Amino acid sequence: MALRLPERVPGLPVLALVLLLLPLFLGNEFHLDIATQIALIAATVVGLNLLVGYGGQVSLGHAAFFGMGAYASAILTGTYGWTSIPALVCGALLVALLAWTLGRPILRLKGHYLSMATLGMGIIIAIVINNEGWLTGGPDGLAVEPLTVMGAELSIFDHYSLLGLEVSGALLWYGLAALLLLLAVWIAQNLVDSPIGRALRAVHGSEVAARVVGVDTSHYKLLIFVISAVYASVMGSFYAHYTGFITPQVASFEHSIELITMVVLGGMASTYGVILGAVLLMLLPQLLTDFQDYEMMMFGLILMLTMIFMPKGLLPTLSEAVRRLRPRPASAPASGQE
Amino acid sequence: MVTKNRSVYRAVLLILVLICSMVVPVMAAEPIRIGAFVSATGPASFLGDPELKTLEMYVEKINAQGGVIGRPLRLIHYDDGGNANEARNFANRLLRSDRVDLIIGGSTTGTTMAAVPLVERAGRPMISMAGALVITEPVRPWVFKTPQSDRMAAERVLADMQSRGITGIGLISGTDGFGRSGREQTLAVAADFGIQVLADQTYGPQDTDMTAQLTRIRNTPGVEAVFNFGFGQGPAIVTRNYAHLGIELPFYQSHGVASDRFLDLAGSAAEGVRLPASALLVPDALPDDDPQKQVVQDYKAAYEARWNMPVSTFGGYAYDALMLAVAAIEAAGTSEPKAVRDALEQIQGHVGVTGTFNMSPDDHNGLAPESFRLLEVRDGQWVLVD
Repeated sequence: MALRLPERVPGLPVLALVLLLLPLFLGNEFHLDIATQIALIAATVVGLNLLVGYGGQVSLGHAAFFGMGAYASAILTGTYGWTSIPALVCGALLVALLAWTLGRPILRLKGHYLSMATLGMGIIIAIVINNEGWLTGGPDGLAVEPLTVMGAELSIFDHYSLLGLEVSGALLWYGLAALLLLLAVWIAQNLVDSPIGRALRAVHGSEVAARVVGVDTSHYKLLIFVISAVYASVMGSFYAHYTGFITPQVASFEHSIELITMVVLGGMASTYGVILGAVLLMLLPQLLTDFQDYEMMMFGLILMLTMIFMPKGLLPTLSEAVRRLRPRPASAPASGQE
Repeated sequence: MVTKNRSVYRAVLLILVLICSMVVPVMAAEPIRIGAFVSATGPASFLGDPELKTLEMYVEKINAQGGVIGRPLRLIHYDDGGNANEARNFANRLLRSDRVDLIIGGSTTGTTMAAVPLVERAGRPMISMAGALVITEPVRPWVFKTPQSDRMAAERVLADMQSRGITGIGLISGTDGFGRSGREQTLAVAADFGIQVLADQTYGPQDTDMTAQLTRIRNTPGVEAVFNFGFGQGPAIVTRNYAHLGIELPFYQSHGVASDRFLDLAGSAAEGVRLPASALLVPDALPDDDPQKQVVQDYKAAYEARWNMPVSTFGGYAYDALMLAVAAIEAAGTSEPKAVRDALEQIQGHVGVTGTFNMSPDDHNGLAPESFRLLEVRDGQWVLVD
């Protein structure tokens, strides 16, 4: 009985606790650096999951939105001397406009036309970033200014005094990324539990049925597409400031696929699952370096086995397994199999 | 029981003391940690693969001969797959987790530049094997590189054109990083050689036909020669199209195609093509008094014997990077990063596979344009012109 978990684990406080305690277990700045990047990418994936897991639409060009945010921040702060936040907002507005323009005609159609449209758009944006070297630095990449908030510069290399404590910029950045991830999850969960979320799940279940009961399906699909694109853009901006150097690879088709894989691997429509997916997919290249020549084979093998044995994704499959193992309490026989 | 415990305690203490006394001399021969991140897989694997093979082979060799300043070398290497972000993460791992004394990498300009801010901050010397001028200009205290910059390739080609009395050329270049950077450098220095770029065409890295661009160049009045700055399969296609169109003007390629593979891809269309290349392509054609001859021949023989595959120019960059590092550590007498960096900057007359390195505080590449040999394709073979 002592092992019995509550039926609904309060996710957000648990995630906050994990993020808070994590730095204590990280050996050096390199680990902290990876954790910060994972948090930023995980927040992007939480946004993508709104579209894929709840909206039932696949975007094969999400890295392009991410890249647009990153490049908007890099160019506006670097070349034009803007401060970080207006640049970030400007990038997000641009991305929202693009997503809206693209999604409005496409999402009136039934089926998976959005994946085709985003695939094409993603590749076009990657080509533009590659070719317009005068603006974007071309294939060799672009250096990005550190994040500035209200005149204060947040660089991973500096040290700051916070409430009388000496704190490294790397740790502050980790804190910021963790906060962004929590915020991303909080917004996503509120969206899911709102009428928008219910409408979307109805669309995911059966678009025809949803329409019959009066849900404006194309409107909701468009809304969630724009929201998830803005998620990607904002995180792209932070990511660019954090890493200090971006190349067109952030907007590439391969990166889009990586983001989608995180969603599918972690578990569609499971906010915490996709975070797990992001953690796993970002950590694997670092963990598998010992296999050297077999690194890519191991990577493929892990993905294949997960998809074969856990088709619903990691977290949903695992939590189902835990639920099955747990002896059903006599007083509430039905609740365990809900 | 107490006495027994105490005697055990004493025995343990004795053993500890013994171990410590043994550790002290071992500490003196603590390995020098050399970190490397290269693009051994992925689209740039033709760079990273020979580089990694070269590093592994020569670290083994050096250790078999007793190491450097009495200490063995330990190579810690990662494969970034050509991805700049992976490169950044691996560089960070080398610096902060593996705590290396020196870094060799990356293979491409993008992967190098992504790691530069971290390297500069951590204060460890890094020797890049990538070509673009931006890596060492402006000079960054901790960043060095072994290949000639693309500007030098452009200068070498333009100087040869000048000596042939050419004043107007058509430029065609790829839109990848290599071609783009090369195009910029060519446009920047052409006027210094009294040459005007009259036509400026580009092609995508995946394009399969460049007839349209070449036709446009041919129809531009005043064009006396054509220069292609590109990399991979593109230049081979340009060369074939050039031959099909029957353009009679002198045709130049960049060092991006300086490999035997280009000869295979372009076939007979490559006849008469001139390009700047490493001495590694023509080791036996070098005059006997050439200081590089011995180095180049030795490297080629050793590499081909060990890996049973043809040697590549890119592996030569890694050879030079490792040997420069070794020379600097020997000169400094320590692996302490600051001392090694200072020693690297002082290196003079170091004969490598790519050329003779003369480093200085203003020049972290140390090569002269003459380190490029001008080759011409005759009867399907490289022939040394200059």
